[in-house]
Amino acid sequence: MLYANADNDTPHDMPESTVWAEKRDLIDRIPRPISILILGLILVGTWHLVSTTGIVSSIILPSPGQTWHEIITVGTNLLSGGYMFPAIWITTQEVLIGFLLASIIGVSLGILVGETTFGERAVMPYLVAIDTMPKIAFAPLFVAWLGFGISSKVALATFVSVFPILVGTAAGLHAADRNALNLFRTMSASRWQTLVQLKIPSGLPHIFTGLKIASLSVMAGAITAEFLGGGKGFGELIRVAASQLNTARVFALILYLSLLGLSLFAMVSFAQQRLIFWQRNSTRPD
Amino acid sequence: MMHQAKMTEGALAPPVYTLRKVSKFFARQKVVALDNVDLVLRKGSFSSVIGPSGCGKSTLLKIMAGLTSPSEGAVVLAGEPVMGTRRDIGMMYQQATLLPWLTTIDNILLPIGIADGKAAARGKRPDAEALMSLVGLKGFENAWPSELSGGMAQRAAICRMLITEPAVLLLDEPFSALDELVRDFMNMELQRICMEQDATTFLVTHSIPEAVILSDTIYVMGTRPGRIIEAVTIDLPRPRTLDMLTIERFGEIVAYVRRLLGEGMH
Repeated sequence: MLYANADNDTPHDMPESTVWAEKRDLIDRIPRPISILILGLILVGTWHLVSTTGIVSSIILPSPGQTWHEIITVGTNLLSGGYMFPAIWITTQEVLIGFLLASIIGVSLGILVGETTFGERAVMPYLVAIDTMPKIAFAPLFVAWLGFGISSKVALATFVSVFPILVGTAAGLHAADRNALNLFRTMSASRWQTLVQLKIPSGLPHIFTGLKIASLSVMAGAITAEFLGGGKGFGELIRVAASQLNTARVFALILYLSLLGLSLFAMVSFAQQRLIFWQRNSTRPD
Repeated sequence: MMHQAKMTEGALAPPVYTLRKVSKFFARQKVVALDNVDLVLRKGSFSSVIGPSGCGKSTLLKIMAGLTSPSEGAVVLAGEPVMGTRRDIGMMYQQATLLPWLTTIDNILLPIGIADGKAAARGKRPDAEALMSLVGLKGFENAWPSELSGGMAQRAAICRMLITEPAVLLLDEPFSALDELVRDFMNMELQRICMEQDATTFLVTHSIPEAVILSDTIYVMGTRPGRIIEAVTIDLPRPRTLDMLTIERFGEIVAYVRRLLGEGMH
């Protein structure tokens, strides 16, 4: 035998067991649902205290109860097809059309910038220059150009959300694996084949990052345009409620807008999971 | 010279890939990356190139792959000058580089699809299946690359290289990212596949034992300028086995190549 059997000649007395408890602090041990619940209760409790003790006027900060009441009122109105329903439908249309346009324009320009040297050298500097401008400030211009209807809102929504998609696409085209690019070269693949069969699929994670950011900012664009350009959307309801000092109503309306934004974000995430299926479960058994 | 060219059973096999007086200069850096390289790969032979970093191995391989032009000299594959990438050049890299959105068999058929279109790729499916059983990947046709181990992914890369029936195989450290046990095994698999296909193979490697166990000829390269110091003929019988790694003759050749590499570093 090459090695001595360690069992037979233990050099000193061994205790029966050296099991020990691995300690973690209490704050790191709270399960997720309970953590969320605790913080939520703390926040709502503080809110309730601040608003009911009269430290802050209820016009400035309504109580959680008042806000809840308004959430129910607005929800009932929406579900029963009351006057708020056409408003949220208009805003939904603005957001969806704006997002669709931003996606088409963003991906197209992103390919131009990311794939061609001309795009990178000539188009990109102009786009960066426009991107650094405060885009919301263009709202009055869009209203002046396109009027008080839905199109001026769509235009601003598109304008504020197109850049993340564009940048994501351009970055995505540069994200293709060097070895894979080499492989396509050795296979004598055409530029178009390399773009469609390698660079775009490789870039999808970046493109979707852009789409997700855009799906959140597109709503801000639409609502800003509604504040400034009137119309019959949800932003107008908020503006009216705020002018009547009905703060609880404003809170409730914002909540429903967030739900709308969240569903767009969820749809994009779902599409991402579907399309980039190879990134979901990369198990590599050896 | 310690190892004389081995004249086996009469005439030598015909040359497949020939480089004559090939040099590559990089004017901007005033560097001679490759100086006057002569090289002949004969049909069915296995050759390796080994050398320190900066000896021009990668440049040599790029020239042979048609990815870059030599500054001087002539490069001829199967009677045709190499002036750009060609489908009769098969390549394999350290990374398998399978596209994660294609199944294993679709990855193998990718070069056909790129060259001849999707219909041609569908027509070649039986060939791809045959190659997959040759390399021991039968049953993994519809597996995703993420489901393959490193060794299995390189097997798929071998199939993708072989599907176009290339005249020459250029291997750029194909198994160096695998762990050593798998690597030894894959090298023996590579030998078996190359012998079965009567492939003309050119391997770039950093490992002297790997070069010795696989090759008929090892081109030892030196630096400044990048050049071939000596073509060492390996007279170990075929098929080689992993047991040969321990025999005396193997050790002698490894030591000889190592000494040559040391001399080439000046």
